[in-house]
Amino acid sequence: MEAGKQHAILFDLTRCSACGECVGACMEKQGFEGDYEQVKDLSATSYTACRNVVAPDDEEYGLRNLCRHCVEPTCASVCPVTALEKTPEGPVVYDASKCMGCRYCMTACPFNIPRYEWDSPMPEVRKCDMCHDRLAKGEVTACADACPNEATVCGTRDELIADARERFKEDPDDYHHHIYGEHEIGGTNVMFISPFPAETLLGYKPELGTKPLSERTWRVLSKIPNIAIFAGATMGALWWLTARRDEVRAHEAAKRLGVDPKHNGQARQ
Amino acid sequence: MPFWRGVFYLLIAMGLVLTVVRFSQGLGSVTNLSDSYPWGLWVGFDLLCGVGLAAGGFVITAVVYIFHIERMRPIVRPAIITAFLGYLLVSAALLFDLGRPWNIWHPLILWNPSSVMFEVAWCVMLYSTVLGLEFSGMVFEKLRWKRAVKVQKMISVPLVIAGVVLSTLHQSSLGTMYLIMPGKLHALWYTPLLPLLFLVSAVSVGLAMVIIESKLSARSLGMSLEVPLLRTIGRALVGVLGLFGFLRVYDLLDRGMLAEAFSFSYESCLFLVEFGLGVVLPMALLLIPKIRMSTRGLYAGALLAVMGFVVNRLNVSLTGFETAQGGHYIPSWAEVAITMMFVALGFAAFRFIAKHFPVYAEHGTTPPSEVPSVLPADIEEPVAANGVKTTWERTFLDLPDEAGRL
Repeated sequence: MEAGKQHAILFDLTRCSACGECVGACMEKQGFEGDYEQVKDLSATSYTACRNVVAPDDEEYGLRNLCRHCVEPTCASVCPVTALEKTPEGPVVYDASKCMGCRYCMTACPFNIPRYEWDSPMPEVRKCDMCHDRLAKGEVTACADACPNEATVCGTRDELIADARERFKEDPDDYHHHIYGEHEIGGTNVMFISPFPAETLLGYKPELGTKPLSERTWRVLSKIPNIAIFAGATMGALWWLTARRDEVRAHEAAKRLGVDPKHNGQARQ
Repeated sequence: MPFWRGVFYLLIAMGLVLTVVRFSQGLGSVTNLSDSYPWGLWVGFDLLCGVGLAAGGFVITAVVYIFHIERMRPIVRPAIITAFLGYLLVSAALLFDLGRPWNIWHPLILWNPSSVMFEVAWCVMLYSTVLGLEFSGMVFEKLRWKRAVKVQKMISVPLVIAGVVLSTLHQSSLGTMYLIMPGKLHALWYTPLLPLLFLVSAVSVGLAMVIIESKLSARSLGMSLEVPLLRTIGRALVGVLGLFGFLRVYDLLDRGMLAEAFSFSYESCLFLVEFGLGVVLPMALLLIPKIRMSTRGLYAGALLAVMGFVVNRLNVSLTGFETAQGGHYIPSWAEVAITMMFVALGFAAFRFIAKHFPVYAEHGTTPPSEVPSVLPADIEEPVAANGVKTTWERTFLDLPDEAGRL
C-alpha cells in the first residue's frame, strides 16, 4: 500500500498534559501488569511512556515516546531473518518465532525504541505494534482511544499531514511549523507537531537526512555480486599468471643448465 | 606447565557454571547488557575481533596457492587451523550472545538480502565449510586415506579462491554493519570507509597472528617457523599497517575530522591510543632493521598491532556509542570469564591439533636439520631426476643442490 494511505498516528505536544491515560490503556491492551503512573520510560512491559518537557520559553508540555513505525523501517531492514516486518497497512510488527535474538534492530533503531526481555531464557524484542489487530477491525489504537485531549489521533498518513497543516494555519503562533516524521529518514508513520523546534528531543536528528538509513548499507550490499565476481576472477587470473611465470622461469633455468625440461630433467649432453 | 594448566581448568570450570546460569536465567543474569547497550563484549570482542584474528587463513592460503609464493608454504597449515578454530569459537560464542540461539539457522530459510547481518551469516557459514574442507586434508593424511588426500588436493585451488572471495565479503561487511548507525557511532569511527578499513585491518592482524602463534608454538611445543620467514611476514605486516594508517588518516582529513582526533576529548584519547600504540608504534618498531631481525622485536611489533586492532574494534562497537547513548557499558566479570573460556579453549584446541596432526610437517619448519631438501611440489619436474637445481631455485629459494652447492 502507498505510504499516504497507510495507518498513521499524529501526536500534538500542545494538546498533551502528560496525564498517562495512553500509557495505562496501552498496558491494559497488551496485558501488562503494573502501575502506569510509575512508567518513566519505554520498557519490555510498557510500549509507550509520557513525560513533561520544558520548552525554551519555560512553558510545560506533555510528550509521548513510542515506535515511529517508519515508512522504511531501519529495524526491518537490518533483521537477518525478517522477524520485524513493515505490514502493507503501516504498522511495523515483530514475530518472535522467527527471531534469533541478535538485537541488531535495537542497535540500529535511530530512535532507540526496541526493548529486550533481558531476564528471560526465551527473550523477545518488545515494542509498540500500533494495535494492528484493532486497526484491522476499523478501530483506532488503544492510546488514541484513551486520550482525553485528542493529543494522539489516528488516521491515514495523508489525512494526518493535511490535519497538521490545518492546525498550523488555524493557530500559526502556537506551532513550530514542521511535521516531524513527514520526511526524516524517509518518513515515519507516527508524526509529531510541537510548539518549538524539537528535533533533538524527538530523535529526528537533522544530520540523518531524509533518505532511509538502509540506503547507507544497501549502497555497499548491492555491490556484493560484482565484488564477488571481480575478486574471484582476479584471484583466478593471478593464480594462472604466477603459475605460468614460474613455469617459464624454471624452463629457462633448466635450458641454461643443459637440462631438457621436456624429458623430465634428463641431461642433454 | 602446571600453572597454565591450572588457569585453563579454572577458566573452563568457571565458564561451565556461568553457561548454566546464562541459559537458564537469561542474558541479564550474567551480562551488563541493557536496552541502551544491546551489544557488548561478546559482539565487540568474541565476534568482531575473533573473525578478524582468524583472517590469517585466507591471507596465507592466497599467498601460497594463488600467488605461488612457495616459501610461505610452511605457514599454510597453522594458518588454516587457526582460522578454522577461530570460526568454530566465534560460532560457539555467538550461541551465547544470541537471545534465541535455537533459531541460529533461520538465515538459511528466512531471507532478508537488505540485511548486512544476513550476508555475514551466509558468508561465515560458507567460509567455515571451506575451512573445514581445507582442514580435512590434514585429517585424511593422518588417517592415511590416500584417495581422499588426492581429491582434497585437486580442489584446493578453487577452495582457496572461494575462501578469499567469502572472506573479502564478510570481513568488510562487519564494518558495513555499522554504516546504518550514523547518529549513534562517534564520527571518529563512523565513515563510509568502514568496510575497507575492516578488511585491511583484518589482513594486518591475520599476519600478526601468524608471528605470535609461531612464538607460542615454539614455547609450548618446541615447533616454530624459520626466522627468515617470520621476517618476511613482519615486512608484509608493516606494509599492510601502512596502508591502514594511510586510509585512516586520509579519511579523517577528507571528512575534516583531524582536529577532532587531536582534541584530547574522551573519544580523541581512545583514538590516539588505538592509532598511536596499535598502528604507528608497531610500524616504527618493525621498520628498524635491528628490531625486525630479532624474534623478540617481531613478536613485540605483532603484539602491538593485535592490541591496536582490538582497541579499534572495541571503539567501533562499544566506546564509540557512549556519547550518543549516554552512560557507559563495562562488561561484567561473568562476560569476561566466558570470553576467557573461549580463548582458553582456542589455545587448548590448537595445541591438541598441533600435537596430533601433521601441522608443522611440511617443509621449512624447524627443526631444520630434518628437512634438508626444501622442494616445493609445484616446480619439481625440471630437477627431479638428476638433482640439479635450477638457477631460479638457487637464487630465489637459497636451496643447495645435492652436492651442497648454492
